[in-house]
Parts: sequence; C-alpha cells; structure tokens
Amino acid sequence: MAPTLLVQTISSVVAASTPLVFAGLGETLTEKAGVTNLSLDGTILLSAMTAFAVAYLSGSLLLGILAAMLVGALIALLVAWGSIALKQNQVAIGFVLTLLCADLSSFLGRPFVRIPGPSVPHLPIPGLVAIPVVGPILFNHNLLVYLSFALAIGVWLWIGHTRQGLVLRSVGERPESAYARGVNVHRTRYLYTLLGGALVGLAGATYSLSVKLGWSHRHTAGEGWIALAIVIFGGWSPWRVVLGAYFFGALKSLGSLMQPAFPDVPTQVFQAAPFALMIVVLVLASGDLKERLLALMHPRMRRLLSGMVRAGPPAALGKPFEPD
Amino acid sequence: MKARSPALQVLLGVAPILLTLVAATAILLVAGANPLAAFGQIISGAFESPRKLADVAMAMVPLLLCAAGMLVTFAAGLWNIGVEGQVVAGALATTWVALRLNAPAAVLLPLTVLAGMAGGALWGLLIGLIRTKGKVNEIFAGLGLNYVSMALTNYLIFGPWKPPDGATMSGTDPFPRAAWMPVIGTSRASLPAILLAVAGIVVIWWLLRDSQWGLRLKAVGQNENAAYRLGIRTSREIVLAFMVCGMLAGLAGSLQTTAVYRRLIPSISGGYGYMAQLVVLLSGLRAQAVPLVVLFFAAIQVGSPRLELRMYLDSSLGGVLQAGTVLFFLLVRGLRQRLSKE
Amino acid sequence: MRIEFRNLDKCYGSVRANDKISLTLQSGTIQGLLGENGAGKTTLMKILSGYTRADGGEVLLDGTAVTFASPAQAIAHGIGMLHQDPMDVPALSVLDNFMLGAGRGLAQQRKRSAAQLTELSRQFGFALDPDATAGSLSVGERQQLELVRLLALGVQVVVLDEPTTGISEPQKLLLFAALRKLAEQGLTVIFVSHKLAEVEALCSRAVVLRTGRVVGEVQAPFSSDQLVMMMFGQCFSRGGRPAAPLGDEVLQLDDIAVHTHQLSVEHISLGVRAGEVIGLAGLEGSGQRLLMQACAGIRRVGSGRITLAGQDMTHEPYHRYLQERVAFVPAARLEEGMIAGLQIREHVALAKGNGHLFVRWDEAEAGARRLIDEFRVVGQPTTRVQELSGGNQQRTLLGLLPEHLRLLLLEHPTRGLDVESSRWIWQRLLARRADGTAILFTSTDLDELVDHSDRIVVFSGGAMSRPVSAADVTCEQLGYLIGGRHA
Repeated sequence: MAPTLLVQTISSVVAASTPLVFAGLGETLTEKAGVTNLSLDGTILLSAMTAFAVAYLSGSLLLGILAAMLVGALIALLVAWGSIALKQNQVAIGFVLTLLCADLSSFLGRPFVRIPGPSVPHLPIPGLVAIPVVGPILFNHNLLVYLSFALAIGVWLWIGHTRQGLVLRSVGERPESAYARGVNVHRTRYLYTLLGGALVGLAGATYSLSVKLGWSHRHTAGEGWIALAIVIFGGWSPWRVVLGAYFFGALKSLGSLMQPAFPDVPTQVFQAAPFALMIVVLVLASGDLKERLLALMHPRMRRLLSGMVRAGPPAALGKPFEPD
Repeated sequence: MKARSPALQVLLGVAPILLTLVAATAILLVAGANPLAAFGQIISGAFESPRKLADVAMAMVPLLLCAAGMLVTFAAGLWNIGVEGQVVAGALATTWVALRLNAPAAVLLPLTVLAGMAGGALWGLLIGLIRTKGKVNEIFAGLGLNYVSMALTNYLIFGPWKPPDGATMSGTDPFPRAAWMPVIGTSRASLPAILLAVAGIVVIWWLLRDSQWGLRLKAVGQNENAAYRLGIRTSREIVLAFMVCGMLAGLAGSLQTTAVYRRLIPSISGGYGYMAQLVVLLSGLRAQAVPLVVLFFAAIQVGSPRLELRMYLDSSLGGVLQAGTVLFFLLVRGLRQRLSKE
Repeated sequence: MRIEFRNLDKCYGSVRANDKISLTLQSGTIQGLLGENGAGKTTLMKILSGYTRADGGEVLLDGTAVTFASPAQAIAHGIGMLHQDPMDVPALSVLDNFMLGAGRGLAQQRKRSAAQLTELSRQFGFALDPDATAGSLSVGERQQLELVRLLALGVQVVVLDEPTTGISEPQKLLLFAALRKLAEQGLTVIFVSHKLAEVEALCSRAVVLRTGRVVGEVQAPFSSDQLVMMMFGQCFSRGGRPAAPLGDEVLQLDDIAVHTHQLSVEHISLGVRAGEVIGLAGLEGSGQRLLMQACAGIRRVGSGRITLAGQDMTHEPYHRYLQERVAFVPAARLEEGMIAGLQIREHVALAKGNGHLFVRWDEAEAGARRLIDEFRVVGQPTTRVQELSGGNQQRTLLGLLPEHLRLLLLEHPTRGLDVESSRWIWQRLLARRADGTAILFTSTDLDELVDHSDRIVVFSGGAMSRPVSAADVTCEQLGYLIGGRHA
C-alpha cells in the first residue's frame, strides 16, 4: 500500500471509530459507577434518528446533537431509575429498552428514511493538518472527531486523577465503603448513568450526522453491542476502551477495503466478521487463555504485564446498594 | 406486606397495559396519526376473520416454543439472547434436509423436525461452550452468533441454496410438497405445529417443577459456585440448558420453514427469539402465565402490519407496544415492591 | 467525649436487637462491650456511628441529643467505626482509600495526604505502603489503614467491632498499643468483642449485653467467671476430649505446589491417617486455604502428588474427589456452601436425590425434618437457607454432609458462632472420627486449634511448618510460628 493511501485509511478509521469512542467512554463511566446500561444498541438507533430528524427539521446541527444527547440521557434515566430506585434487574430493563428504542426509531423515523440531510462540516485544523502523517490522521476531520479526542483524554484524567474520579471508582467497587465516607451512592450512580447515556446519544448523532449520513431502517443496528463488548475488552479502563474502539473501527474499514481483493469470499463473511471477532476478542479478554499465556512468562514480566491486561469489572457492577 | 383490596390488585395488574396505551397514544400523536384508528386496525387485523385467527395461532407457535426454551435458560440464571440464532439454526438444518432428501412426507416431516431440533441444539451447544470454556458472558456470545446466523442464512440463500433462476430476497425455492406440514383445510393453521408447541411448553413446565434436573438448574441459576460445590456439574448443566433451549427454538425455526413459509427466507426467525425474551419477562418467569402473554404478543404481531397497509404507519409500532408493556411491567413491579416495603 | 444511650430500641423484623438500652461511656477510656453472637453489640454500635437508626430512645454526646442520618454525619460529630470486615475499597490503593471521603473539590492533594498517612502510621508503628492495593493487605493492615483514616478525619470516638478476628498476634499487640495510646490522648475507645481474654487485657470497664439488653457493667480487674456467667448464663470448662485410635493413612501429599498470582505455596508434604484431626493455623492468606482447596480437588496443583487411600488423585476433577468421599465445608457458607434462594428441603433433595429423574418431595420433606431435628436447626423444611442465622446455616451445612466420609475439610468451622454452638458442632465433628474420617480444618482461633487437633501445621507466607503435636504445644509457641518466627 502506498504511504498516502495508508495515511488516508488510518484517517478514515479514526473518523469512522468516533461513535464507538463516544459510546465506549459513556458506557465505561456508567459501569464504573456500578450500573450496566445494556440498552446501547437501541439508544444509538433512537438518538441517531433523533439527531437527523431534529437537525433536518430545525436546520440546526447543534440542536440535533443536543436532542440526541437528551434522548440518550432520558433512556439512561429509565435504566437508572428502574435499577437503582426500583431495584429491577438491570439486564432486563436494558434489554427491553434495546428492543423498544429500536422499534421506536423505525416507527418515528419512517418519514426520514433515505432523504438527504445535514452533516457536520469538515474542518481541518489550519497549521496542524500540515504536519506530515500525524496531520492528516488526526487533524483533518470535523468537530465531533476532535471532541472525541478531548473526551478520551478528559475521561481518563477524570477517572484516574481527580477526587471525583476516586469517588466514582469507589461507588462501583464497594458502595458500602463509599457510603461510609459520606458519598451519596445513589446520586453518583444516577449522575454517571445519565452522563454515560448522553455520550451514547452523542454516538448516535455522530452516526447520522457524520459517519453514516442520514437515516434508514435499523441504521446502526449492532453498533451498540460492539460498544458494550469494547468496554469489557477494554477492561473498564478508558484508554484501553478507546484503543478497542479504534481496533473495531479498523476492522470494519479493513473489511470493506479487502472485499474487492477477495471476490471469492462471500460478502456475508465480512458482514459477520466483526461479531465473530467480538466473541473471539472476548474469549481472549476473559478466558483462561490469557492466564495460561501469562503463566508461561518470567515472574517479573508476568507481574508487569498482568497489571496491564488483567482487569475485572467493577466489583459492585449490577448490584443494587441499600444503606441499611 | 399490607393487604390490598382486590380492585387495586386488578388495577396494578393491568397498569402496564394502560400505561403502554397512554404512551403509544402520545407516540401516535407525535407521528400525526389517529391513535384510536391505529389500535382499532391492530385489533381487527388480528381477530376479524378465521383466517386471521389462524395466523395468530401460527404466530403463537414459535413464541411458545422459544419461551419454553427460555424458561429453561432463565431457570439456570442465563440470559439466552442467542435464541434468535438458535431459531435460525433450526431453520437452516430443516432446509438442508427438506431440499436434499427425497422421501415421502411420513418420513421427511419427522426428519425435518428432528433436524431442526438438532440444529438449534448445536447452536445452543456453541453458545454454551463459549460461555463455559471461553468464560464469555452468554449475552455477548448469543448476540454475536445471532448476527453470524443472519449472515450465514444470506450466504446460503445467495450461494449454495440459490434457486436455479437466480437468488432473490424471497429466499430459496419452495420445499417439495412432502416437506410441507399439513394444514387444517384451506387455512394456514397447522395442527401438528400447534400440538408440538403446546407439548413443548407443557413438558418444560412439568420438568422445571418436579424433576431433579429442574432443581439442579435452579441451584445453578441461584449460585453457580455453590451448586458446583454441592456436586452439580455446573458447566454441563449450563451447556445442557442452552441445548434444550436450542432444541425448542430450533423446532420453532423448523416449523417456520415447513409450516409457514415452506421455504427458507432471509429473516426466517422473524424476531421471535427476541420477542420470546419479552414474553418470558412479562410472564414473570412462570410457565403458567406464558400462554396468555404469547396470545397477546401474537395478536399484536399479526395485527400490526395493517398499520402499514391502511394508515401508512410503520408496523414497528407493534414492537413498541410489546416492549413498552414489558418495560412498564418491570417498572410497575418495582414500584409495587417499593410501596409495599414502606 | 461522653456518650449516653437512653432507652435505645431497635428491631429487625421480629428480632429485638436492642431492647431499651441505657448506658453511659466516659471519655479517655477503653470500654469493653461484651456479649455472645446476636447479643446486640454491633447493632448498638451501628446506631452510634450512623449506619442505622434506632426505633426509639436517644443518643447524647456530651449531653446533647443527636441523630445521624449517615456514617458521614457521625464522623463529622467525631464518631468513627471500624468494622469486622474493614470498610475499605479493596481495588483502590492504600493512599486512595485514605483520601476517599476527605476534602472537597476536584483536585487531589496526593502529596499532602501521603505525608499525613506516613506520619500517622509512624506514630503507631504501622507499616503501610501507600501504593499497595488495599485488597492485597492482610485484615490487620486494612484495620490499621481504617484507623489512621478515621484519626485523620479527627474522630474523638473510635468503635472497633471484633477487631481481632483474623489478625495475627503481633498485629493484635500493635493494635492494642495504639488503642491505649489513643485513650491516653483522651479519645473514647469502644472495644466490641466476645473474647474475654482480650477485654480483660485491654479494657478498664466492660459492659455485657445479652439478647439485646444490658446485663451488667464491671470495672477492671475482671473476674472471668463473672463475665462468662453474664454472657452465657452458665460456665464452661475446657475439658479434654476422648482420644480416637488412628487408622491407615487416608491422605498423602507429596511435595505439593499451588500457585496463584498472589501467592505460591510450595513443598507441602503431609500424611494424614484415618480418624486424625489436623489443624491448619496461620494468618488468612498464608496458603492454608489454597492447600485445603487442592485437597478438595477444587484447585489445580502445579506439581506434586495427592494420594487418597492409595489412589493417585493429583489431576482428577472435583467430582472424583466427591466420589472418593471427600467433603469440603467452606467458610463462606452462603456464597460457596449453600444456595441462597433454595429451601432446606430442596438442599436435601439435591444432596440425596441423584440418580432419580423426579424429585420425591415427600422424601425430601422427611429428610429435611430429620436434619432439622437432629442438628437442632431453627427453621422449617421450606425455610430458605438465607433466612437462617449463621449458626443454623452451619448446622444445616453439616447436616447435609454425606454419612461416611473419608476426608472432611473445614474452613473456620465455628467462625462467628457462640461458645455453646461451637462446642456442639465440634462434638458432632469429632464423632465422625469413629467412622475413620480424617479431618483437616483451618482456624484463626488458637484455642480451637489446640483443643481439637491431634497435630497442628502452621502456614506463613506460603510455607508450611513441620506438624507439631497439639498436646505439647502452647498458644504462645503457635503465636510465634504464625507470625513467621520459630518457636
């Protein structure tokens, strides 16, 4: 591959992965607080439809994006209320919302199917874009992509290096202890579930307004599940989640790039590949295989690596908290 | 818990449906449609003629079978979102038998049923192994495989099984007559299919209540680790639960091909696997409540395409009604539990 | 700070945990709060420190009535509580734990907090590594962390709930020294325990609770007999137990090694004979749990050989061990031993009903009744096991064990049980020796180890000591061994 083509490819991967970065980071924040929002697939569909519809009708991209974030936050509110206040199973609520939002997006989105509409304008950053290799890869995009970079750094700093991040982690790990130290566990969980939901909504808006323009029936189906898998694959660590988002984004782009090169391979193989790969990746991330590989290594190396690759879910993920 | 008046009990029981109707009314108004007319279309679309009633009965078949299977996986504490793929696997196995074998109906039909059950069970086995050996949450294993099964169906329809005069979205060639499940008169209702579905739910209800196997499943579902310590081979039970569920779901897929479409079509599962998940949740994981819920879901399923024909609305409103009812059911249940505690 | 309780009431369901408790505690003292399990000690302390609210009555601090809506409010009023299971966040570092809940705003003051942590640790002789994760610490160290954290928040009253459960002798002495120092500085220390010796060693005054009521207040020096009478209403003597004849070798361990990413246990060789009782002593996390799991077939051994009654069982699966009549009773009764959500009769059906297609509910019911009668379980066949009290859970668990066992492995068989229950349980266990059952058990209670073992092995940092005869060893010697020194 010629160098320019390679740079172009990477650049398009970065752009195409942006929604997964948003959704992955949003869900990471939610799960760090101990709540699983399983509704991602439906939320992304409904918010993508909302963003397109609102932007189309109002003529304002910003309104469309905000509306999508509001939709994401509202669905997350249902997840939070149902699981925190009403103590219902988070998986059940999330799954039902997945189906509900998907159907709702089809129903309400019908007038908007396959009509041309607004998109977020391309905005190369003057000066920076001229840097060889790095410039076109990182600085030749639109505002949403730049926002995803900022968010990635911001979430990493927030979780790992602020007092609030410490509170967040404690709530997901051991809410009893957080409560004993004066943390309002329920409020924290509501807050991060809503925030995470808003980011998932932003991911939806990024699809319909930037990555996969417009709206059609089940426009983004499957993306939410990939995002959920990325959070597990990323071991609930923001930078690894971002890496996972780019990895899956790259896979998809590679699929469509390689398809013409392998005319004998049925197109369905490329369609199913990300999902088959999702399973493989999860097996690698959670199975015994990793432990066995680690066991083969020198003890010092093992200790160093295991800290990096081994990451369990927040200990209180999915568990309701009740202060006596 | 406080004693409540019967009237209040009934009110709380139907509250999810009422709330769903209120919400759906709002949604229809947003979409600029007449809500009453829309509901009326769904109801008449499901019940207006014997022909429609037969359709409802046939829509109940896959729902009953998938729900029965899912009662098994739920008892073992598993979220078998892969039912959809298991339905597809059953349909694929059945299609293979129906298109390949040349035999009289008396031989071929039982074989298609067995093939469907085996196909679904194998798909379940795959999910079970990924869960137990690969230590991957069954939600992701099942869901990923659902997409794989969809791609596989398309590949087969547009590849090896494509009709001689070219592949289309309408699927494979029709099966030979010997692989058509018999129907009652000129209706679309197939008695063997209905009987198989009824047998499925009854047998599962009975096994879960009274068998040693049902008790083991329950133990695994409540605490996998402790069940293992008690000497239950938890991995085996989990894989088996997926396989039994797959068997029933595969039977559903098999009947979709032999009794409904008489061919393999791209979306053969018709979303029944996901819908059955909702059914089981709405029935509160109780086998006794499943048939009634299934009737409700099947009626909406059969009635809602009317919206498209008569009102130019998307038939996905049916799905909104189904999922909405379950959502409100969960929320109302949570509210009740909360109120009774205070 | 002077603390007064006036007519405190607290019910959990039908159980009256605190029944009109009135009590005054003076500052600058170490107060003992004694009582057997379920006497209401922890409930009272949870009310004081804001974890739960009383149904009636009031709490006065220096004469002012207070009610706390949360533990944080109690801390703001200068009252901090150390729980039996320290309330930290295991996944976070020591420093993170120390900082969590202190200060406001977004920015962390890691350097200042680290300096404060180091300074406080130094004052009390604690060796806490700020960067280690709390989960990698021993229970004793986690307590030290909680203590310095509460002190950094400026508490005036420190409540310690059964602080010596699961900690080492040296750590205990360190903790006691720290508590004495705090009392000297004018703090009020409330020491909740059911261990007489510790209350005698530490406290200037002791209050005894029984079934939710104050039954006595005593000044030091205490009379043990008097305290026991108050706690239990009767006095126990530590009589010897009948010796049992030892049979053939049941279990043979040859140079076993077990590895986890936290700990390696290596070079374990041990022979156990039928009817023999072996106690596994050591701090928690020293390797005894790993060895027990290896002997039960739950954990894979890295190398070495496990022989059971002449058969090589080294890499056999757990189910083979069950077939060979090995049973394992884990410490976490409700997490690993029984199934919360299932009834006693369902447990009986699971334990006895293998090989049948259908559950015979009448037989299960009758079996559950027999178990309830024989093992004195307070419950019904249809009682769900999570509704049983800890002691009744343990008795049910023992009642579910198969009859003729070759090897019985028990983790902390009497942890959290009162003296009477413990004694009864040991009677039942030792009766199994007549059947040729060999028993291996872990415990952090030295008396229990010395009283019931034939031989004792001590674990320290993954290494196992030579077996010592329980008849010859003293508690002091064991204490030294557990601390990693040689007697």
